[in-house]
Amino acid sequence: MSPDFVAVWVYLSTSPLTALTITLVAYLLGDWIYQRSGKIPVLNPVLIAVVLITIGLAVTDIDYWTYFEGAQFVHFLLGPATVALAIPVAKLLKTMRGGFGPLVIALVAGSSTAALSAVLIAEILQASEQTVLSLAPKSVTTPIAMGIAERIGGLPSLTAVCVIMTGIIGAMIGPYVLDATRIKSWHARGFALGLAAHGIGTARAIQINKDAGAFASLAVGLNGLATATLIPIFFYLWQWLTGA
Amino acid sequence: MLVSLTQLLVCQLLGEIFARVLNLAIPGPVVGMGLLLILLLCSQSIPEKLESTAEGILSHLSLLFVPAGVGVVAHLTVLGNEWKAIIGSLVGSTVITVLISGWVLQRLHRGEHDEP
Repeated sequence: MSPDFVAVWVYLSTSPLTALTITLVAYLLGDWIYQRSGKIPVLNPVLIAVVLITIGLAVTDIDYWTYFEGAQFVHFLLGPATVALAIPVAKLLKTMRGGFGPLVIALVAGSSTAALSAVLIAEILQASEQTVLSLAPKSVTTPIAMGIAERIGGLPSLTAVCVIMTGIIGAMIGPYVLDATRIKSWHARGFALGLAAHGIGTARAIQINKDAGAFASLAVGLNGLATATLIPIFFYLWQWLTGA
Repeated sequence: MLVSLTQLLVCQLLGEIFARVLNLAIPGPVVGMGLLLILLLCSQSIPEKLESTAEGILSHLSLLFVPAGVGVVAHLTVLGNEWKAIIGSLVGSTVITVLISGWVLQRLHRGEHDEP
């Protein structure tokens, strides 16, 4: 490498501009592939972008934290975006008829299923106790999930990884599950994606249909509250039953 | 646009303050979302500008998860030698959860904009 090139490289590899640009370009590429494929859910734009960036970082030998220093500007927007979810939810609640009974029942059913099935399957597959506890809150948004994991004795960092993976898995295979089981109502499809796969499922639902997006947003907020309440109850009940 | 974005940030900031002062387990942005939701439900209508700004941000919500997603790959080692059980649990549980929550809501709730 010529000295000039080295200087440019040193600048590029540490500048936030590079990480930010790479993130947007990788995402646009991912979205382009997804759109061109005829919107096949498996070709999830987030997954494609993540894979492309990971390969890029490995090839150029840039570590994650250097990348994140630039990419955090994108990451930061998750906060205002979460607040913005109130708008579709408010619109939905203002126009909804038929009461909230069905929503509450579906919420409790879904929320309990998410936690209990994750724990049960992990137990069957002989995961360690700490891993099982880290998996329990996997369907809620990352900060809530990490808080719950900490409280019941899981590993918050493992939970964070599981939450994001759950989101991508839900966005990728959720639509197939809904098709196969003939769940066609946009309300139910959105609600299921938001409840099982939090923000990443919601992002998917918003792009498919407005009503589905509003129900998904509602499900994320409600499931955060429900899971934060239900998991500690299940946990202490379990401890009491087993006499631990 | 700028006013709406400021409104969102103010709600988030208030949410963060509430969450910290009251020592809530719920993260600040989620509290902020709750605050904005209450405000909007109490008001006559939803401001048009706020709605279009929210639509703009939310239409690219997927993008915002990319940096955290790259972090997951960087930290895949935390899965350790239990990765088979973890992946099995995540895939199995996600499928069952999508199925149960979608099915229950579809059975109980008949929306007016549903597909035939």
